This record gives sequence, structure tokens and C-alpha cells, in this order.
Amino acid sequence: MTEIARKPTLAQYELTPQPRKSASPPSMNGAPSISGRVFQAIAANEPFTAEVHAGLANEEHVLEIERFDLWYGASRALHSITMPVPKGKVTALIGPSGCGKSTLLRSVNRMNDLIDSVRIEGEMRLSGDSIYAPGQDVIELRKRIGMVFQKPNPFPMSIFENVVYSLRIDGERDKRVLAEVCEASLRGASLWDEVKDRLNDSALRLSGGQQQRLCIARAIAAEPEVLLLDEPCSALDPIATARIEDLIDELKGSYSILMVTHNMQQASRTSDFTAFMYLGRLVEYGPTGDIFLQPHLKETEDYISGRFG
Amino acid sequence: MNQLAAPNPPKSRPPRRRRAEKRATSLFANGEPMVWLTGGALAIATVMIAVLLGLVLFEGLPTFWPGPIVEVELADGRRLAGELAAEERFVLEPKALADLPEARRAQAEREIETEGGVRRRMLRTGNYELTGTHFEWANDSDIVGESKPEWMLVVERLDDGRFYGVPRAVTVDGVRTEGDPATVWDLASAQHDEVRERWERGRTLKNETIGAIHARIEGARLRAREIELENGVDSPQAAEARAAADAIATAAESEFREVQAEINKLQERNKGYSVELETASGARRMITLEEIVRAFAPNRLSLTERLGVYVSRASEFLLDAPRQANSEGGVYPAIFGTVLMTLIMALLVVPFGVLAALYLREYARPGPIVSAVRIAINNLAGVPSIVFGVFGLGFFCYIVGAGVDEALFAAKLPTPTYGKGGLLWASLTLALLTLPVVIVPTEEALASVPGSMREGSYACGATKWQTIWRIVLPRAMPGIMTGMILALARGAGEVAPLMLVGAVKFAPDLPLDGAAPFLHPERSFMHLGFHIYDIGFQSQNSEAAKPMVFTTTLLLIALVVLLNVLAIWIRARLRRRFQGNTL
Ligand SMILES: Nc1ncnc2c1ncn2[C@@H]1O[C@H](COP(=O)(O)OP(=O)(O)OP(=O)(O)O)[C@@H](O)[C@H]1O
Ligand SMILES: [Mg+2]
Repeated sequence: MTEIARKPTLAQYELTPQPRKSASPPSMNGAPSISGRVFQAIAANEPFTAEVHAGLANEEHVLEIERFDLWYGASRALHSITMPVPKGKVTALIGPSGCGKSTLLRSVNRMNDLIDSVRIEGEMRLSGDSIYAPGQDVIELRKRIGMVFQKPNPFPMSIFENVVYSLRIDGERDKRVLAEVCEASLRGASLWDEVKDRLNDSALRLSGGQQQRLCIARAIAAEPEVLLLDEPCSALDPIATARIEDLIDELKGSYSILMVTHNMQQASRTSDFTAFMYLGRLVEYGPTGDIFLQPHLKETEDYISGRFG
Repeated sequence: MNQLAAPNPPKSRPPRRRRAEKRATSLFANGEPMVWLTGGALAIATVMIAVLLGLVLFEGLPTFWPGPIVEVELADGRRLAGELAAEERFVLEPKALADLPEARRAQAEREIETEGGVRRRMLRTGNYELTGTHFEWANDSDIVGESKPEWMLVVERLDDGRFYGVPRAVTVDGVRTEGDPATVWDLASAQHDEVRERWERGRTLKNETIGAIHARIEGARLRAREIELENGVDSPQAAEARAAADAIATAAESEFREVQAEINKLQERNKGYSVELETASGARRMITLEEIVRAFAPNRLSLTERLGVYVSRASEFLLDAPRQANSEGGVYPAIFGTVLMTLIMALLVVPFGVLAALYLREYARPGPIVSAVRIAINNLAGVPSIVFGVFGLGFFCYIVGAGVDEALFAAKLPTPTYGKGGLLWASLTLALLTLPVVIVPTEEALASVPGSMREGSYACGATKWQTIWRIVLPRAMPGIMTGMILALARGAGEVAPLMLVGAVKFAPDLPLDGAAPFLHPERSFMHLGFHIYDIGFQSQNSEAAKPMVFTTTLLLIALVVLLNVLAIWIRARLRRRFQGNTL
């Protein structure tokens, strides 16, 4: 399905010297044929403006991404992304592998700070506060953002301690508060009934799907403003996937969710808005119904329907 | 290759046959020899370990078993009695052979023919104060008579080693009774416990009560000396303190005399109890009951009684202090010293090593310097241990220890307190020695903590240290325990550096006791490894000490195994806790 966007294009693209705003288009030698004017323009590194639907302007935005660029060393992973994320809604990020979805997601809570070679430019704001402002306290910022990773990553401790981890690191000692938050979060992640009798068991003994829901419980325990989900269902079976999708449905409204997915059905079922990325650029962004039923760009339609050529 | 590359080879036949042949002949291709080679290597290693353990067990376990006593009459008229200690065969010199009387010569010649030599046996004859030797060889060709005397006793004494003899008379409370061995020995045995109890009481009085009095006098003197150092010798305060010390000394003096009188009374009383033994050669000797640790007639013992002796000796070995220049008695102080030193070492090295590994792995920016440090640490593991001993002596004892004495124990100088070998310096030296053993596995364990866990923690808003403390360290705990296990094993078995920094042949006081401050890290201590060396090579009665070498070795191995099993058990528990079902 996403065959065409694999390594060759990317590798060739990454080799482009000083990619940012380079005026001369790189040679197209050996590049696989990419249909569509937009893809060609992107591959040729030509200036290109994302197609953002008008419907977004009416929303209240929890997260604003403005002209955001990111480099891993010399290779550029994100190109001037401008993308407002609506409050209380589910926004899906789709696009071929390696297009920078995870990178964008990890930029929101500054997980990319952990990688030495990363350099960024541009602006991101969480409820009006600049994320990359020089004085910004990263630790405090991350506490306002919940993140669930592609692979479940429970901590080597009990289920209970996993869920209340963010409270623990804030120094919360009150047993009642901890127990309340634990129950509420586990219920929120619809895991409570399965684990309520063994909260003190090691979290590593849960099944993969349970672990992923535990990670969601952990993320919502801190009551974050934004929830970042990076392919939360990629390692799960259909039943667990369905549960997580139900969960996302339930969380919608109280949380603003930014979610990466490779599953078009999932994006169309669960999200309110969908952003299509390609080679580090935002291509088209709008209400999910519009993107799936009447996209403005032919390339988006091709990608969604699995026809790239 | 060339064949294959040749244009149009005749259809398929030659190449195919070649390959078939090759498959059939090439042993290396199907790996059969490698299985044998690798399996063989493992087998040799296993066998070597088994042989080592077997030897130590074989030599070490029978040490406490009471063997029968043999009495032999030699051609020259001497009579020897003792326990069989060794046996070998040798070829008599022709002249010696020719000198033998007819009957025994024929016998000896036959033995040389069939067995390859005449048998000679080493007897542990004891009676050192009479004969000047503990062991005696007896050639079979010289023996004219042999028996197993029923009433020959083996007497284990406080001094001078064992005594072998038949009881002839007993003195109870100054009243002497002669008679047949059975009655005499019954009478003596009936008194033995009581006499020993008195002796024990006297010893306690001497060691503890008098020790405490001395400590009080010494303490007062030291306080006076401190005040002198502070205010000058001629100051009024010093004079006052000196007077106070003198008063304490005078008071203690009378107390001391009282206790001494009590001790003398006990000793006087015990002098009235003794037993007279007749040796195989007919000599008689009085032995006070007080100095007898254990005595029995081996040839009269049933199997269960023998077992009782075995258990009694073994428990003395484990629970008592050594006597007889370490060749007899127990090794309790050495066990105690070894365990305590090893534990203190672990307490020092584990946190230190873990911190160092944490910095190396978590904080230091990878680069040439970090690599160099890492290589240096790894190489530290290969430095001969005696080098650490020299360093410990030079640095800890002579520099740090001297400094500590100067600062805190000036009153005691010139007698060093910390400025000599001691428990603390030994533990520190071994901690240094085992540092790489802790750092390397810890670093590996830290590195193996999945990055996804760290990311998860950061994403929750944890700081770096919170992540390390709450996620990385617990998860790496089994690896850290592995490092600790290795360090324990290495540290408990190390001897060479200890000889320089505090292990001694005999330490009168344990480094942990009831007198404040309870743990005395400045004291010298006994150590099993050093003890083995000492009894094996430094003992004047080395033949008698030889079985003890193996027994002590056995004990040291058991101790190391025990410490390891304990640590492994803890590690397994931690693993279950922190790593889920992926054991
Ligand atoms: N730590 C890193 N160092 C260097 N390059 C990286 C790093 N992480 C990602 N990249 C590169 O950045 C680009 C975007 O990667 P990213 O992980 O964001 O893709 P993605 O859209 O999430 O893909 P997928 O759907 O497969 O998860 C890729 O070309 C990738 O090779
Ligand atoms: Mg990804």
C-alpha cells in the first residue's frame, strides 16, 4: 500500500545538501515515478503550501504548530509544518512510513530533546504557551501532555505504581488521592475490571493489549491537555484494537487527542480531523469526512484508497 | 568455482558427483567435530572442578573422624601408639634388608616383589613434651608386635597437642586413686565437666572483667593525655585530669586484685584434679583435667559414639577460637572476620560502583575520554591483587590512617589506631579491587534497560534523576546484583592483599563485640584464606595441620557458595518483581 514512499525516494531526498529552501531542484535521477503534481513538487523540494480546509478555522485550538522545521543532523525530517490542532477533538495523522509523523508527535512534548542531533526551527504553542520558548520548563511542559507510544512500555513496577507514576514524581503521598486517581484512570482506559484485583502485580505480566491500555491510563492520570498517541494499536489484535478505539471515542471531548495511525478505517472511524503528511510535509488537513469522501487533492485520495500510482 | 564457470559443463554429472562426495567426506561441513571439541572442552572444565571439589571433600571431611589407635612394638624394643595418619610403600636399602632377621626379611622381600615395597605407616603419636615429635614412622619390617589397646586414650589438650596414654590414676580434689583404667577414667570423666566449667569461668573473668578494668584505666589515662595535649602538660586542667585518672586507676587496682584473687582460687581448685596416663613406652605423666579439651578411648567407641566425637570436633571447629598455634581448635574468628570483611566490602563497593557506572552510562557524554576510562576500569580487574595490597598499606594505613590517628587518636600515639592494617582498610582495599567487577555488569545492566521505558518516564514529566531512580535502577537491579555476587566471590576468596592490610594469624578480639562502639573497624582480624595459608605453611606442626588445611578450604568454599546462593536468591526475587515473567 505504501510501497512507493519507501527508502529510495527518502534516501535520495535526505542526501540533498542544505535542504532548507534550496532553490535549485535536485536531480530526479533514479527516483521512482511518482504520480501527481504535488508529490512531484515535494520530491523536487519545490515550495508547496498545504491544503488546509476552511472548517478548521472555526475550531478552538489547543495546540498550534507554525512553520515548524526539524533536522536530524543534516537530514531534514519536517518541512515548515503549519497545523492547528482543535481542542477536545481527535486528530489523526496519516501518511506513508517515514514521512515524519512520529517526529512531529515527539516534537510536541519535546521528546526529541533527548536526541543530540536534532535541531528545530519554528513555533509550537500549547494553549498559547510557546513550547520551544527559551525559558520553557520541559518537565512542566511534559506533565501537561500525555503520550502513548507505538509499543506498550509499562514500567518495571506494579500496575498501581505505573498508573500513578506522574503523581509520584510530583511527590504525591496521599494514599486516598493516589487510589482515586488510579481507579479513575484505569476506568478511563477501561482496564479497571480486568486488573482491580491485582493492582500490586507487576505490570509486565499483563498482556500486550492490557499493557497498552495501562499506558493510556498512565497518560491520562496526569489529566493532560493533549494526548499524543503514536500508532497505539499497531501491536494489538482486532479485539484489543476495537477496545482502544472505543476508548478514544470515550476520551474525546474531555481530551484533545493527536493520533498517528496507518489504518485508514481507524482514522475514519475515530477521528474528527485528519492530516495527511508526505515526506516531512503536511499535504492536506481537514475534517475527516471531507478528507475521506471529497479530498481537495488527488494525491490524498490516492493514498487513502491505497492507489498511489 | 572454476568448474562451474566453465562453459557448458557436460550435463550435470561431474559437479553433482563432486558435491555428493564432498558432503559424505567433509566432517567439518556437518559440524560433528565441533560438537566433540566444544563438548570436550566443557567436559574437561567440569571434570576439573569436580576433581577439585572431590579432593577437598575427600581430604577435608574425615579430619574430625576419630580413627583407631594402633600400638606397635618395634624390633629395637620401642613401643609406639597413635592414630594412623598416612601409609606408603618403599623399597628397603639392600643393607637394611640384609640386616633383618630371616623371617621378616623373607616377608619384606615378598612384599617388595608383589606390592612394590615394604609398607610403612605414619602414626600420630603425640606426647610432644616427652618425645619431641608429633608423628613417627613405623616400617612393617621392623614391627614385631601390633595391637589395638582398648584403653589407650587420645587426649586433646589446650597446649602441646594430643597425648596418647592409658589412664592409671586419678586425683579428685587432691585425693589420688589408682585402679584399672575403666574406674579411673569413669572417676575422671565425672569431674571433667565441672573442672572445665571452672576453667571457663576463670577465662571469662580474665578476658572480659579484667579486660574491662584495663579498658577503664586506659580510657582515663587517654582522657588525661588528651587534656594534656589540649592545655599543655603543666596546666591545672591536666593536673586535675591526671589526678582523676590516678584515682580511677587506684580504684580499679583493688577491683583488679579482687578478680585476680577469684581467678587464683578457681585455678587453685582445679589443680587438685588430674589424671595420670601411661604412654605406650611406659612413661607416666600427670595431666590436669583443666587442660583436657576432649578425651576418649577410640578403640572402645561404637559407631554412634564416633559420630558424636565427629560432631563435637566439627562444632568446635566452627564455633571456637583456635588453639595450639591454629593447628587445633576452631576457626570461628576467621569465619567471623571473613564474613564481616566481605559484607563491609560489599557495602562499600556496591554503591560506589553503581554510582560510577551510572555516571559512565547515564551522564557522561560518550567519547574518547569515557572509552579510555572504561578500558582503564576493565584493566583494573587484571591488576595483580598484591598490588592493591601494597596500595592499601601505603595509602590507607600509612597516609589516611596516620592522618586519622593524628586528628582523632593523638592521645594514643605512638601506638597506631588506624595507622596500621585493620578491618576497615582491608575492606576498602578489597572494595577497590572488586570495583571493576561491580562496574562492568552494572553498566551492562543499565545499558540493557529498554529506551522505551526511559522515554515513557520522560513523557510523564520525570526528570533524568527520577527516571534513573524509579525506572532504570530497579530494572537494572538484577544486573547490579550479579556484579555484587561476583564481587562477593572475588572478595571473600582474596588473600594476598589482606596479608598487608589487616589479616593476622591470631586476633585476640573479634572486630564486632559487646563493647561500645560495637564495630571496631580499626582492629586486625582473622580471615579464612589467610588462615589456610598460615596453617598450611607457617605452622610448626605442619603434619597435624595438614588435614585442617583442607577442612578450612572446604569451609571457605562453602562460605563463598553460601554468600553467592544468598545473593542469587535475592536476585531471582528481584527479577521476578521487576522483569515480569520473562525470567
Ligand atoms: N533518531 C533519529 N535519527 C535520525 N533520523 C531519524 C531519527 N528518527 C527518525 N529519523 C528519520 O526521520 C524520518 C521520519 O521518521 P518518523 O519516525 O517520524 O517516521 P514515521 O512517519 O513515524 O514513520 P512510521 O509510520 O514508520 O512510524 C525518517 O526518515 C527517519 O529515518
Ligand atoms: Mg512512527
